[in-house]
Amino acid sequence: MSTVLFDEPGPRAKRRIRIATVLGVLATLALAALAVRQFAANGQLAAERWQPYATWPMWRYLLDGLWSTALSAVVAAALSMALGLLLALGRLSSKRWLRGPATVYIEVVRTIPALLLVYVVLFALPKYGLDLPLFWKLVVPLTVSNAAAFAEIFRAGILSIERGQTEAGLAVGLTRGQTLRMIVLPQAARRVLPSIVSQSVGLLKDTSLGFIVSYGELFYSGKVLVAYNGLLIQTYIVIALIYLVVNASLSKLARVLERRSSARA
Amino acid sequence: MSVLLDHLPELWQGLLVTLQLTVASFVGAAVLGVLVTAMRVSPVPVLRALGTAYVETFQNLPLLVLLVLVFFGLPEIGIKGPPMATAIVVIAVYQAAYMAEALRSGVNSVSKGQAEAARALGLTFGQSLRLVILPQALRTVVQPLGNLTIQLIMSTALAGAISVVDLTEAAKRVNLQEAQPIAIFVGSGLAYAAIAAAVGYVTGRLERRLVIMR
Repeated sequence: MSTVLFDEPGPRAKRRIRIATVLGVLATLALAALAVRQFAANGQLAAERWQPYATWPMWRYLLDGLWSTALSAVVAAALSMALGLLLALGRLSSKRWLRGPATVYIEVVRTIPALLLVYVVLFALPKYGLDLPLFWKLVVPLTVSNAAAFAEIFRAGILSIERGQTEAGLAVGLTRGQTLRMIVLPQAARRVLPSIVSQSVGLLKDTSLGFIVSYGELFYSGKVLVAYNGLLIQTYIVIALIYLVVNASLSKLARVLERRSSARA
Repeated sequence: MSVLLDHLPELWQGLLVTLQLTVASFVGAAVLGVLVTAMRVSPVPVLRALGTAYVETFQNLPLLVLLVLVFFGLPEIGIKGPPMATAIVVIAVYQAAYMAEALRSGVNSVSKGQAEAARALGLTFGQSLRLVILPQALRTVVQPLGNLTIQLIMSTALAGAISVVDLTEAAKRVNLQEAQPIAIFVGSGLAYAAIAAAVGYVTGRLERRLVIMR
């Protein structure tokens, strides 16, 4: 653990720690005071600018947005995990014609910004007669881009399972497919669960691209709200806090899972 | 294909902006990341808590929300900057959280005896971090840092949302004029892949030269 970097403090070290503590607290307070002063000086602290966010209709509207965020994230996560698993198996396959394309897909897509993929779906596909509904205009590019990331997670998980497991499966007479399905994948899935959760947090953050697609998820709902009530900084702060709470809970879940799996190992 | 050649100046300019964003925010993120890591392993509980809060906050906020909040929101409380500078600062602050997390796992992988030996020699916390721990920690995280750099390159595309004309935004604008999406977007996608391949090549070489097997 990180605590090995210092010993039980002596009297002088204790004094230094106290000084650093006071400085750290003062710096934080100064920053907070500065923020409050800037808000107050520009009239952004006025009660009527914050009151709307304490009303139920406002929260119903924002929670609607959050629901669309969750829906698009869940659908994109399910699709990209399925595609990712296929890609991982393809990349690990002994057949060249499977391994080549899967490797190229993963290595190329892993480096292309999701926004560029969004533009492809927004501008390129309609030109060829494929004008998807807004929901899919957001979900398709997210799936394409996250599938590559999930594929790498699954591949690492499958490779981390000891060879002996596969050999034992084959020795008791299972076919290759059965060994993979019944022996290797269940163990690999358990091992990569924390990475899957943290990648899903990344995917949930990516759904904020709905802002550009005009799909009514949380962030785009915020944009519409700002156009309507003009409370720009307030709306975006509230929305940032919602993202923070949701994602921090998911990240916490990832850490709990990680501790549990490392305790079992 | 000719559409790419016709608009080469705009796309090239966009590529240069993407590279500028990448290099500048990488440097910023590296400096901030080391600072936050130092706070997170320091003997001062308040600094440790602040470091953890930093990482938690910026890893859990979407970059696009941060960019829009800072660029369009902060002028309302009298803080204003040009788009390019804003993009660099926000991307650096955001990526620093990921760098700090990678560096901390590097610090944790340095064996206990190293820190104990440094203390036994009488080095202070700062000295042992600077001279003993961080150089070894950095070597173990070359690969993760390379992946984070690729992630950073991809995240610079969002700067288009605050009117920085980077490669993605340039491609979008050229497409609005020419309506030849396939050539334009495939071309710029390949440019991103090429930059990432270069980063991957450099990290691969660094890794071979620096890594210590444990």
